[in-house]
This record gives sequence, C-alpha cells and structure tokens, in this order.
Amino acid sequence: MIERSAAALLDSLSRGEMSAEALTAAFLAAIRQREPKVRAFLHVDEAGALEQARAVDLRRQRGEPLGPLAGLPVAVKDLLCTRGQRTTCASKVLEDFVPPYDAHVVTRLKQAGAILIGKTNLDEFAMGSSTENSAYQVTRNPWDLERTPGGSSGGSAAAVAAGEAPLALGTDTGGSIRQPASLCGVVGLKPTYGRVSRLGLVAFASSLDQVGPFAHDVAGVARLLEVIAGHDPRDSTSVDRPVPPYSQSLERPVKPLAIGVPREHFGAGLDAAVEQAVRAALALYQRLGAEVKEVSLPNSPHAIAAYYLVATAEASSNLARYDGVHYGHRAAVYDDLIHMVERSRGEGFGAEVKRRIMLGTFVLSAGYKDAYYLKALKVRRLIRTDFDRAFQECEVIAGPTSPTPAFKIGERTDDPLTMYLSDVYTIGANLAGIAGISIPCGFTGTGLPIGLQLQAPPFEEEKLLRIARLYERETDWHTRRPKLV
Amino acid sequence: MSDLPYRIVIGLEVHVQLLTRTKLFCGCSTQFGLPPNSATCPVCTGLPGTLPVMNRRAFELALRAALALNCEIARFTKWDRKNYYYPDLPKNYQISQYDLPFSKDGWLEIDTLAGPKRVGIIRAHLEEDAGKMLHDEKGGGRDSLVDLNRTGTPLLEIVSYPEINSPDEAKAYLEEIRLLLREIGVSDCEMQEGSLRCDANINLHILNPSPPTPLPHGERGAFPPLPPSQVWGWPATPIVEVKNLNSIRAVGRAMEYEADRQYRKFQEDGRKLGEEPKETRGWDEARGVTLPQRRKEEAADYRYFPEPDLVPVVVDDAWLAQARAALGELPAQQRARLVQQYALSEYDAGVLTRQGRALVAYFEEVARLSGDSKAACNWVTNQVLATLNEQKIDIGSFPLSATRLTGLLVEVRNSGMPAQRSREVYARMIETGESAKEAMEALGIKVVGDADALREIVARAVAANPKAVADFKKGKTKAADAIKGAVMRETKGMARMELVQQLVLEALEKS
Repeated sequence: MIERSAAALLDSLSRGEMSAEALTAAFLAAIRQREPKVRAFLHVDEAGALEQARAVDLRRQRGEPLGPLAGLPVAVKDLLCTRGQRTTCASKVLEDFVPPYDAHVVTRLKQAGAILIGKTNLDEFAMGSSTENSAYQVTRNPWDLERTPGGSSGGSAAAVAAGEAPLALGTDTGGSIRQPASLCGVVGLKPTYGRVSRLGLVAFASSLDQVGPFAHDVAGVARLLEVIAGHDPRDSTSVDRPVPPYSQSLERPVKPLAIGVPREHFGAGLDAAVEQAVRAALALYQRLGAEVKEVSLPNSPHAIAAYYLVATAEASSNLARYDGVHYGHRAAVYDDLIHMVERSRGEGFGAEVKRRIMLGTFVLSAGYKDAYYLKALKVRRLIRTDFDRAFQECEVIAGPTSPTPAFKIGERTDDPLTMYLSDVYTIGANLAGIAGISIPCGFTGTGLPIGLQLQAPPFEEEKLLRIARLYERETDWHTRRPKLV
Repeated sequence: MSDLPYRIVIGLEVHVQLLTRTKLFCGCSTQFGLPPNSATCPVCTGLPGTLPVMNRRAFELALRAALALNCEIARFTKWDRKNYYYPDLPKNYQISQYDLPFSKDGWLEIDTLAGPKRVGIIRAHLEEDAGKMLHDEKGGGRDSLVDLNRTGTPLLEIVSYPEINSPDEAKAYLEEIRLLLREIGVSDCEMQEGSLRCDANINLHILNPSPPTPLPHGERGAFPPLPPSQVWGWPATPIVEVKNLNSIRAVGRAMEYEADRQYRKFQEDGRKLGEEPKETRGWDEARGVTLPQRRKEEAADYRYFPEPDLVPVVVDDAWLAQARAALGELPAQQRARLVQQYALSEYDAGVLTRQGRALVAYFEEVARLSGDSKAACNWVTNQVLATLNEQKIDIGSFPLSATRLTGLLVEVRNSGMPAQRSREVYARMIETGESAKEAMEALGIKVVGDADALREIVARAVAANPKAVADFKKGKTKAADAIKGAVMRETKGMARMELVQQLVLEALEKS
C-alpha cells in the first residue's frame, strides 16, 4: 500500500477503500521499520499523526467537506515552522525552538486535511548538498545506504524514496529540492520565486528560497503544489496570481513543444551515465514530437560564483539573529555580552554555516561590496536575461539536474568547493527566480537514480508539469522503489 | 551676527516616531508606556521564519512629512538592511533606507535674529526603531533587561545640511519641525517620550585674518562625506557628534557648551578637521557638559544591502496627490496669512501659529465675530493662553466658546470698561460659565458712560476733597489724582478714564 503514488492513495481514501488511520499507521510502521537505515526524520509525531487521521476519518464518516489531501501523510522539512512542535533547522542553535506559529505552507497542509507525520532532516539551515551538515544525524540514500540523499532537503527526498511518506515538502535555495530528488529517484519541484509564501520558512537566502513539493510522480507534485501555492499577504514577495488546477491538466500535451538544451549544461564534470540518460530522455521527447534545440545560457559559468556571493551575503544577515539573547542556544559560561554572543554562536553553528556567514560578511564589507556583492547582483541580472532570451525559443529548458548521481557519505565533506558544484545546473533557476523540476530519467549501472531537470519561465508551472508528465507517461522510472527490506 | 571669533556649523539628525496605531512591519501597538514586552509579536521579536509587511499608513505619514519639508519625493524607493549587533535589535539588523531614500533635497524655514532662513534638508527616510535596554544598576550592572515594545515603531529620520549656525537656530529648527509635524498629524514629537530624538553634528570655522574662499555658486557644504579641513576657506575644527539630547533646551545648551569647548581646544592644540577621527560625545544634562563616549575601535561597517523580504515601493501620482491633500495649511503659510489677512504683527502671528491650528481657528472665529482682529489677538494671546497654560488644557477644552469671548470683547468696546475690570469679568466667565453680561451684573459692574451722570459724581468728589482742590490751585497738578480716585471708587471703576479725566479737570478749573 505504501508504495503507491499519492494520487492513487488519495483515490483509495476518497472511495473509502481504506481509512486515513490505517494509511497513516502503515506509513508509521514503514518509518519504524526503515528509519534505522535511512534516518530521514528528525522527529516523527506518531500520536499526533494518528489523531489527525482519525479526525479526517470522522469527518468523512459524517459527510463533512474534506480538503484535497485529506488523510494523506506528508513529511515536512524541519526548516518549516510548525506550531507547538520543535523546528530545529538541523541546528544546535535552535535545538529547543518551538515556534508559536505555523509556516504558511503548513497551515495550507492542515487546511487540506493532510496528516503531518514528521519533520525531516536537512543540512543545517539548508546549507549543503548532502544533508551531512545536519547537527543531528546523517541521512542515507535509500538506493544505496553508503551514499548521501543529496541536500539540503535530503530528509524529505529520502523519506519519499524510502516509502516513509507519499509526499514531502522541501525548500530550494540553489537546488535543495531538485538535486536530492534527482539523487533519490523522486520528483521534486522548485516553484517560481513568489509562487509559494515563505512565511514560516526559516530564511537562508531570502531572495532565493522557495518551498516546493516532493512525490513519486508528477501528479503527486501537482497535487501538493496546488495546495501550497498562492498569494499570502503576510509575505510581501508572494505574488498575487491565480493558481491553476495543476493536477487537472497534466495529461494535456503541450503542442507544439520546443525543448531548449543549454550547451553549457553538458560540459566538463558531467558524469557519463548521467549524460547518457539525459540524452536518451531528450531523444524520447523528440520521438514524442518535440523539437529539441540547442540554446545558450552564456553566463551560466558564473552562476555558482554569483550564487555563493548573494546567498551567503543574505545568510550572514538572516542568521545574525541567533545570538542567544532572545531565544535559541545560549552559552552556559561567558564573561560579558559580546562574549556571550560569540560563544553562543560559536557553539551553536556548524562548520559550513560558519563558513558561509564569514563569506557573506566579507562580501558585504566596506571595500569589498562593490567587487563581490554588487557584481554578483549584476551577474544575477545577466543570468535572468539569458533565461528570458532562451525562453523566446523554447517552452522549457532541459538538462541534467545534478552532474553526478548520489555520492558517498563523507566523500566531499572536506572539499566544500566540489560540494558546491553539485548545484551547478540548478542554481540558475534560483538566481533567475524561475521554476524547475527534477524527474527520474534512468539509473546508473550500479542502480543509482538519475534526474532530468526541466526549467520553465516564471509562473509556467502548469506547462512545466504537463511537459514533465509527457515524459513520465512513456517511462517507468518513477514506479521503481529501492529494496530496503 | 555676532562677534564670536568663529562660526558655528551644526547639522541635525532628527528621528521622529510616526503617529501610526501599529508598527512599521507588524500589527503590534505603538502605544507608549505599556508593560515591557507586551506589545510584541514573532515579527518584531525577530523569530525565525517571520517576514515584515510594510504599514502603508506609516509610509503615507512619512510622505506627508517629506512634502511639508519641501523634499523631492522618489517615485521608486526601496528598503535596505543595516547590519549591527545589539541586544535591543532582535534581528541584529535594522530595516532602513540606504541609497534610495523615499525623499531628499528639502528645506525648512526658521526664524532667526536676522530674519527668516532656510535650512536645507539632505534627506528624510523611513526606518524601524530599536527596543530599549534597561540596565539594572542595583545588581552591579550584572543584569540587563530588554524591552522590545518600541522595536519596529516607524521612525522618520530627517537629516539637515550643516546650515545651522547658532544654538538658537538649532532650537528654532527643532521647534519648527515639532510644530510642523504636529500640525500635519505626523508625530506628537514628545521628546520626553522619545517620539522626537535628535543628534547634533557640530564644528567651528575659525575666523582668521585670511579671507575665505567663496563657494562656487549654488554649492553646499558636503555632509556627508566629510569636507576637507578648510571649508569655506576657514580652518575647521573636527566634527563632533553630540548625543543624548533629551529636550530642545538641552540642544541649545549642549551646542553653546560644545562650541566653546571646541574653540578652547582648538586654541590649545590647533587640531583641524581630518586630523583626528570623528568623536561622539554625550550631553550630561545635570553637569551641563558634553563627555566623550566610548570610541568604537573601528569605524562601524553596517554592510547595507537591499532588504530581500520587502518589495520596492512605487509612489504614483494618485498617492502623492493624496498625501499633498492631507497636508492642509502649513505653519509658515499660516503665519504669512495671519499677517496679511488680520494685519497682525509677525510676532503675534508666530505666537498664534505655534499654538496649533485649533487655537488659530479659535482666534479667527473671535476675529470674525467681533470684527476686531487686533482685540481678538490681544485677548487670545494674553488671557486665553494664560488660562490654557494655568489649567494645562488645550483650546479644545477651553470653557469659553468663541461667541462668549466675543461677547466680552463687545462689552469692553461699547463700555470702555477698563482692562482691570474686564479681566475680572473674564475670570468670572471662566469660573461660572456665565455670559459677559451676566458676569458683569453679578460683579455689580455697571458702566457709567453718561457724561451728565458722571459730572454729578465729579462735583460731589470735588466738594468732598477741599484739600486736593486747594493743592491743585497751588499748582500741584498731581492733586487731581485724588479726585479721580474718588470718582473711580464711586463708580466701582466703571467710568471711562478719559472722560473722568476731562471732567475732573474741567471741574477743578472752574472751582
């Protein structure tokens, strides 16, 4: 039962073939069984989940109106605030932080009747590409327990891949949804900046962060996006545009369809198996009637540099609040105020977070700001222009999501620059504010999943999902499950 | 202007809390004096995941203020983060405006000894206030408490050009800003409550025998960046920023003190602008001195960058027109109109305007009803203001309506009632709420205006004072006063003095 897609489960629930309680219990059982290996969750709310499920069942029995996700368990990245429930951001700094509010997306999930089963692991404050930077635990890739699930939303991706939750929420600042989706063989979508409210998403880099869905398939992602997307007046950067019924139009083909393939995304560093799978996917699109053409994103070689300047600059400011004064970790021993702040932050943050805070502080500093931060903003505009120009010739831009399949735990932890390159193809969408999705498009010879990334212009999620579904319908990668048992 | 051996140069940085019900980026109350940390929420306490949403009302008030300050309004303006660590700043950054403030290049006209003067305004921008630190002195300074009620209150920062040239001008500038912003409903400008705060940058241009180089036409002294040491051709002392100025009077005193201190220091060490780092000094009200504040080890680097959680603000024509319409008559316009329309002196127009629009309206009503703007002005600026001050009330709760006061003015004019008695009538009207007529009756005041009746009284007084008459005959003209006094006693002071004077002299001449 738990291996089925979210859409199939929702159908069964609505037809009364199973109760929400039974379904939730099944996922909780899977979690109990598989978590010792995968360790995707930081916190599982067994009692709360069952209680929510029983409430849904009761409503269904009484014939009361039910939300679109009624009775379906959803896992939530622990960067998203949940009222009355610890939200740690996988950091020691927020070890005991219990928000007095729900993130907007969590409110939407509750309104939709979803069952919040637990909070998933991540790189501390979403800073990382392997989930190894969590202060609490290392999450393992369900396809190969020696390997990372990617990151930073590695817990959410692994939870879905492992069959511990049919749907999950992640956040994507530079590829943190798409890259782990790719490495874990699931579908993950980063919406257009402004499509989903960031309220209650603990900020890493405010101008890049977006919340997005994970599922086994495109339909599951569409269902979850429908629920979380839309205007929220409490987030000034959330855009007031109607939300199309994404799940309703999935089967409608996009015709004519031109797919742009950026030559810059097939250069050095791209794993051969990944390239092969992605090229095969493009060939399939061609067979389905799409025109596949080369496009150029000439400034994409600068994307990583620009990203690590903009993102760290914002992070250095966003994370300044964790000083031990008002909440969060405070050092036990200190001499004076400055010492207290220094020690609290020194003890509370992990190495990667400190590295990025220092980098961000440096690039904003007098004398360096023009050369780094302001120049990065200019590059960011050029990257957006690249995409705008490319989209004049095609509906979507396609390529690999990640240059490599899942890498081994510990393999890159001593080499932050190589780790940063994991996001080389995904970062552009964040800098440009556009939408992107990763869908399974094959496996390596050793059985590791490979992801195809499709990127669409701002607010073209509907078209993006239809084009993704076009491929998915012709393939069965998304139906495969890792052998964990 | 003065014969001081230096010219004082002052630039003021004024922070004004805007009169919004709620904070700049959240819905918390801005009310003063609430229990500590009761007016706070996840947004203004900077909890993770919270986001600011701009209070449009605050922006509108700021827009109105900038228009009143003759500023140029930016049609596109954005928010920036000013990063620094302090426990009263829970996010450890302040949302402010850096390179694209919503307004710039304005001016404010102030009254000086030499006549009206325009002080240039570099910029006015919006930002959020910080909280307050409460240091526990009893605990040996061990415990410090933070009150975040004020955190996020909308603040308008108004930065003047260094075009203020005396302590009196500095006071006049602040008084005018306070009046202006109160009048247009932007702020209550209570310095005691911190809704108006002021920092002053001051230095001196030492007047030495070599003639100053004139500035090229239209150029202003730069502020900031720091001008070279020889501004206007004169050697300048290092700029000092004076903080902790808690009243307008304190600003005046601190500027007096600081100018004198800088001059004496310059006499001693000859150090000029640029030869030492900018110093921050605090005003010690009790001791009447400025004292050096702890010097920061290095210049603060606020690492400004655009606030990614807020969108830029676009001010369209309609919004601007709406703000302009809400301005009403500004104090300077009002002063000019009072002088022109009611033939008041500049001084009287100033006194009335300073009291606010409601009092001016009261004056105008009395002037209109009585048809005598001079008398109306005298009564309002003297008696009425005295009563308001005594009773610590404003014109809204003043017991005499304009019509009632006009009634008294008319009685005085018709009767020629002496000033002394008219004030008694006024006092009784205030006390009892009676009309002028009723009060006069109650006080037994009956004007003796009839010459024949008065002549009889004078004759009786002359008959009753033979000694005075004799003295008068001897040439002691002063002796007539005794007769006059007797007449006034007889009439309870309700005879027209000029008439009494005339009749007494007539009677004495004849006797």
